[in-house]
Amino acid sequence: MSEQVKRAVKDFILKEFLPGEDPANLTDDLPLITTGILDSIATLKLVLHLEEKYGITLEAHEADKEHLDTLDKITALVAGKMK
Amino acid sequence: MSAPLHQAFIEAAVRFPDHTAVVEAGNGSISYAELDALSDRVRDLLVALGVTHGDRVGFYLRKCIDGVAGMYGILKAGAAYVPVDPGAPPARNAYIMHNCSVKVALVEAQLEARFRAELEALGAQVRVIVLPHVGGGRGLAAALDSAGVAPAARTVSPAADSLAYILYTSGSTGKPKGVMLSHGNAVSFVDWCSEVFEPTQEDRFSSHAPFHFDLSILDVHVSLKHGAALVLISEDTGKDPQRLAQLIAQEHVSIWYSAPSILSLVAQFGDLASRDCSALRTVLFAGEVFPVKHLRTLTELWPDRRYFNLYGPTETNVCTFYEIRLPVPEDRTAPYPIGEVCSHLSGRVVDETGKPIPDGEEGELCITGRGVMQGYWAMPEQTARAFYVDSDGIRWYRTGDVVVEDQPGCYTYRGRRDRMVKRRGYRVELGEIEAGLYQHGAVEEAAVIAVPDEEAGVRIIAFLSGRDGQRPSLIEMKRFCSERLPLYMIPDRFSWHDKLPKTSTDKIDYQRLKEMG
Repeated sequence: MSEQVKRAVKDFILKEFLPGEDPANLTDDLPLITTGILDSIATLKLVLHLEEKYGITLEAHEADKEHLDTLDKITALVAGKMK
Repeated sequence: MSAPLHQAFIEAAVRFPDHTAVVEAGNGSISYAELDALSDRVRDLLVALGVTHGDRVGFYLRKCIDGVAGMYGILKAGAAYVPVDPGAPPARNAYIMHNCSVKVALVEAQLEARFRAELEALGAQVRVIVLPHVGGGRGLAAALDSAGVAPAARTVSPAADSLAYILYTSGSTGKPKGVMLSHGNAVSFVDWCSEVFEPTQEDRFSSHAPFHFDLSILDVHVSLKHGAALVLISEDTGKDPQRLAQLIAQEHVSIWYSAPSILSLVAQFGDLASRDCSALRTVLFAGEVFPVKHLRTLTELWPDRRYFNLYGPTETNVCTFYEIRLPVPEDRTAPYPIGEVCSHLSGRVVDETGKPIPDGEEGELCITGRGVMQGYWAMPEQTARAFYVDSDGIRWYRTGDVVVEDQPGCYTYRGRRDRMVKRRGYRVELGEIEAGLYQHGAVEEAAVIAVPDEEAGVRIIAFLSGRDGQRPSLIEMKRFCSERLPLYMIPDRFSWHDKLPKTSTDKIDYQRLKEMG
């Protein structure tokens, strides 16, 4: 389950925010927000995508680097809400 | 009354008649006496054609001895010279000559047909003197021969406030604007160069910049004031670091002056370790920021020389200077200051309203003094905007450049006033992002622009070329920037190219980048 979510989120980030990037470079622990790969608008887009695709709601305080900075963290957050 | 710009050359020709005045690789050289005589013939022809004190005369020639002789002939006739870029579209050059109503133009035969057609389209009345070819002064001599014998005319000594030349720069309106420099402006600058760089008749100056670029004023007029030799560098050679390095060695160039971009290439690809450039004693650069890593490489390959960072817009020519103390420290990444204001000028830093700002704060550098232009040709409104007048009635030229006086009397360039953007409420200096990008080992060239964006307010795009064709991934660049720049300064896009587009004066062409962005 987690692996499926991770793959889907990874695909979304690559397509939306890293066009042309080698998927191998987007590792599970790569910081996304603190490197500027996801800026505030991109982060917002990601949150909207996650809510729509998985039918979940993210609280305002969850849309930050503590919860969304890496693929691992995003996956854990989404998987936790889907239980 | 101060002497006109050409007077120092005339005197040098009397003192050093047999010295080599100008060298043109592959096309021989000309002595001071010969150059003086050839430029006298140009003066005579121009006067015979009705050119008088206060007129403008254009020249549309590749870099050659013919051009230097033409330049002095025009000055001797009392007119101002208007050099145009031989590589620019003929329509632009015709516009320039029509705009400042040149009476006569010296034009190379191969450029003539399209130029004439453009002049006609504008309805411009310009008498064209066609040089059948150029090189070594022989094309000019042939044109003078075919024009017949003109009676000897008197060399005019215009007053200090008479125009010596008009240099056209790109204007924000899309049409080039003519920067008017007087004899007094030019001579004050040339004299300042004499004081600081102490040239002698033994020196050999590079002439890398084209004649329509203000760097050429130093090359040509300082060199020929002192009995030194001027080594002309053709456009092709000027872009090729290998050939340039070879020329510096073979021609025993002792004083080099160019924009930093070509020196960066010479440092990296000029194979300097294997060449004897021992005659070189002074390296001058101006026009843009010299990336420190390339400057370090250059100074390591060429130690024991004096290096000066010169700064100034065409409107003032050089107005500040900074001598770089060697070695360049290993850990230095910040660009060098632009330094102190030249002794023939005064500077101050002001806010948007023209009020001087406290020391240590950023503001716009303003310059006054003998070197500052008279204004833009036939553009009274733009001229008025370019200056502000203080409470004592002194006219200050607004450079549009933001600086900070971080040590007393020593300025550091922060960027263009118009290159400062606000992003997420923060002030973002695009030049600072460029400096950060240059620290990446794979980055050869970096230029950053900001474009309006509906979502983000402004988007920052970095245009890059990679050393040896390297193209690091987007993730790699984002990570790298995040280690050096605040988040709000990390570019949104990284656009890689084989080379970044350049203007005719070899600076990065930001206008073109904006079109690409």
